[in-house]
Amino acid sequence: MTATIEARALEKRYRKSRALDGLELVAEPGGVTAVLGPNGAGKTTFVRAVATLLRLDSGTLRVFGHDVGREPERVRRLLGLAGQFAAVEPAMSGRENLELVARLYGQDRRTARASAQRVLEQLGLVEPADRLVRTYSGGMRRRLDLGASLVGQPRLLLLDEPTTGLDPRSRIELWDAIRALVETGTDVLLTTQYLDEADQLAGRIVIIDHGRTIAEGTPAELKCRVGGHVIEVHTQRRDQLATIAETLARLDHGEAQIDEATRRVTVGADSAGDGLGAAVSALDAAGVEIDDIALRQPTLDEVFLALTGRSATDEAAAA
Amino acid sequence: MTTIAHDLDRRNERITTGLVASTLTITRRAALRYLRTPQLIVMATVQMSLFFLIYRYMFGGAIQAGSVPYVDYLVPGFIATGVLFSGIGAAVATAEDVEQGFVDRLRSLPIPRSSVLAARVLADTAILALAAAVTVAIAFAVGFRLHGSLLDGLAAFGLVIVFGFAFEWLFVTMGLFAGTGQAAQGMGMIVFPLAFVSSAYVTVASMPGWLQVFAKHQPLTDMVDAVRGLTLGTRARVELGHPSSYYVARSLVWTAAILAVAVPLAVARYRRG
Repeated sequence: MTATIEARALEKRYRKSRALDGLELVAEPGGVTAVLGPNGAGKTTFVRAVATLLRLDSGTLRVFGHDVGREPERVRRLLGLAGQFAAVEPAMSGRENLELVARLYGQDRRTARASAQRVLEQLGLVEPADRLVRTYSGGMRRRLDLGASLVGQPRLLLLDEPTTGLDPRSRIELWDAIRALVETGTDVLLTTQYLDEADQLAGRIVIIDHGRTIAEGTPAELKCRVGGHVIEVHTQRRDQLATIAETLARLDHGEAQIDEATRRVTVGADSAGDGLGAAVSALDAAGVEIDDIALRQPTLDEVFLALTGRSATDEAAAA
Repeated sequence: MTTIAHDLDRRNERITTGLVASTLTITRRAALRYLRTPQLIVMATVQMSLFFLIYRYMFGGAIQAGSVPYVDYLVPGFIATGVLFSGIGAAVATAEDVEQGFVDRLRSLPIPRSSVLAARVLADTAILALAAAVTVAIAFAVGFRLHGSLLDGLAAFGLVIVFGFAFEWLFVTMGLFAGTGQAAQGMGMIVFPLAFVSSAYVTVASMPGWLQVFAKHQPLTDMVDAVRGLTLGTRARVELGHPSSYYVARSLVWTAAILAVAVPLAVARYRRG
């Protein structure tokens, strides 16, 4: 079976930096592959390379077996791109935007009209379809942008940080839309800075940094390497931070991290429900006053810390 | 693998959408963007008319421009340099398309890459023609008259559009390099010396010597004089020193030169992405 995307030793240099530095990635057909990494890791460069938007310095990149450099027209025919920015025309209605892109895929007027209608229904945009996009909310625009990438019925959909800057509700709506697409058999390559997003959507996660692949696997495999979930405790009492950390460490979760500035203690938890219950009782028994305790997914930063021994955000700040 | 390739071939008999169809589709979008922003049109028209009236009625009284009425001297200059000022809009629109990812979307579609630039230039040239027509109407209302034939007058208008078309390529190139609307706006300032240090509003002879050197050797002066020559009829030779055909030829050489530089630059920049 031909891989959806096959990237071997990709290199792309810009004047000062190496955006891609030997990146390797294979996306199998059927499902979502997430490319996860901090700002500047090379995620967008990689998506642009797949979308035939830039010339690689070296390496091979194939989409459904077609070489991106040699057969860009064939590759373009097979994919849809939705970017970080909502690339839709504010002075046109949602329907007109979709018909425009459909026409550019070579559909005749009637087919274009039908494709636009199908996508509007698919994404729940029928009601505002004939309003100018300038009146749309950010979330609606982003959904329309996703729609524009769908009118050509692509076999591969490229989503570059599709939910960055969206409010939580719009985020979940967009996730639902992406899931529904995957069910219809579209392959998706998604870039994100959020581990939870990759976890929600992707069957396979590739973590990249400095233009290189540093880890890959299913969400479960990767979380295992990080240590499952994280218990996070907030308190008003700065003097009790140390007690909280000791109490949590005694539960066999390993070392607890104290963040003085935000009065927060975090500790890794292997098994989900039990860990939290035990932590609550232990803290209660220790007699500390807590504001809030929660079990959550590790953040990208924590994954990075576990995989590379350094923080992703420090790196980004230093760059 | 062969079966997949086979299916694809059958499903997409044409890999790339036609040049004309894709160009017209993108042109329509660029034109709609402009036409559906009435503020933009009203503002541009009001501003243009105000400047025109200020030149016509306020500065005009103090400017000597040979033996022709100043309004007949001014109008060709005003309309020919007008293409520069509407060109700034094209640079900004191009840069915004880059900035907002619209160009990326278009480049990822199975269309000929040249259609994106062609559409931009077509749409902006059409808009510029519209603006020029409005200025002509106002000009006639405030006393401008053709001294040559109507045909010459139409030729003059046609020339303005041809100059506009060539400059559009320059502005599109500027927009592609600028990358943001604000930067493009800034780069657009280059039109001020071109428009003002030319024969558009005052005679070159009235300028200090060092400015004359620039004014005589830049495209706008020849373009303005070509348009002016055609509207002045038999008086052209007396007023300008040469028959209008001389300036028309020179201005067309400039036009060709601008296209020869700007088109390859724009295409190269667009391809690089």
